[in-house]
Amino acid sequence: MTAGCQAPAGGVSLDGVDLAKESVIQGVVTRSGDVPVAGAYVRLLDAIGEFTAEVPTNDQGEFRFFAAPGQWTLRTLAPRAAPVDQAVVAKQGVVAAVAVSIGS
Amino acid sequence: MSRENVLVSANWVEQHLDDPQVVLVEVDEDTTAYDKNHIKNAVRLDWKSDLQDPVRRDFVNKEQFEALLSAKGIGHDDIVVLYGGNNNWFAAYAYWYFKLYGHDDVRLLDGGRKIWELESRELVDDLTERTPTEYRASDPDLAIRAFRDEVVGAIGTKNLVDVRSPDEYAGRLLAPAHLPQEQAQRGGHIPTAQNIPWSKAANDDGTFRSDDDLRTLYGQAGVDLDTDTIAYCRIGERSAHTWFVLHELLGVSNVKNYDGSWTEYGSLVGVPIAVGDEPGAA
Repeated sequence: MTAGCQAPAGGVSLDGVDLAKESVIQGVVTRSGDVPVAGAYVRLLDAIGEFTAEVPTNDQGEFRFFAAPGQWTLRTLAPRAAPVDQAVVAKQGVVAAVAVSIGS
Repeated sequence: MSRENVLVSANWVEQHLDDPQVVLVEVDEDTTAYDKNHIKNAVRLDWKSDLQDPVRRDFVNKEQFEALLSAKGIGHDDIVVLYGGNNNWFAAYAYWYFKLYGHDDVRLLDGGRKIWELESRELVDDLTERTPTEYRASDPDLAIRAFRDEVVGAIGTKNLVDVRSPDEYAGRLLAPAHLPQEQAQRGGHIPTAQNIPWSKAANDDGTFRSDDDLRTLYGQAGVDLDTDTIAYCRIGERSAHTWFVLHELLGVSNVKNYDGSWTEYGSLVGVPIAVGDEPGAA
């Protein structure tokens, strides 16, 4: 069965994934410094700012993408917060970890 | 066809939560989303287990669709309002199914589950019980569904619109970037297809852009809407979103969704493929 296109909250698990072939971007969205934000929407924008994927955060505020090597932008939308953009570089075989902090 | 007949706002839905004529339907692949919570009185459709044949790679047929909707308690005269995650990709896909099988009044919640959550509207976890119906579907309307032979024949002769992200179109990614990239099919796009990502038709909050913006989008891309158009993506759900924009919002009648999409095309033996950011020659 073909894998679908809908991201589970937090992103697809790394179980069984050959990380050497992937360029993973993952992270945690927090509010007020260290409170994880569940149900935020993190979108991955490419080098020209075009939408590439979107994942809702899980209860731990986590998200994950499987990108290609290069420059990307994460745009985070959450209730009662202004959108936040954050640049990130993905490399094959490396998990790029990003901390996203939204308004207080 | 106009926007008012096919698209409803979150406020409209809130005012019709208990309207007996309205059936709210959440469409997800990730069924844990509905299990966790959903809009009051909404029933669930799973795009894969409910809408795909369990054996053949195809849709459920007319009889299966009738059985599904009957069990969900949906009547042919009900106003069906679809919503879901991922900017309504799968809700739009289900919308296209409902139209394929002749449901009269089906609408999308503009912005889907995302805008409902971002606006902190009420979600419940009660199970929705509906009395089963005896739903009768029409024969499938193949004027809105494209198959592979027509797609191959459309190269250089009809509008092909690839609605995936630019990196998938170029072949740098094989799937949307929330999925692992190791996939069976080749990368690239159908030669002569233009890349107009589905996301250009939507705002960040998942709502659709205005009709004027949408006309400008396709006009500036040079898509002659008087010519037949076939939209595709990877598995047909993002292109159902674009089909909804063209066919339902802008009222362009000669538009089909190729649900086999890149998963099928990129696995076919002997068909041409273009890689890189340019459409390529026929």
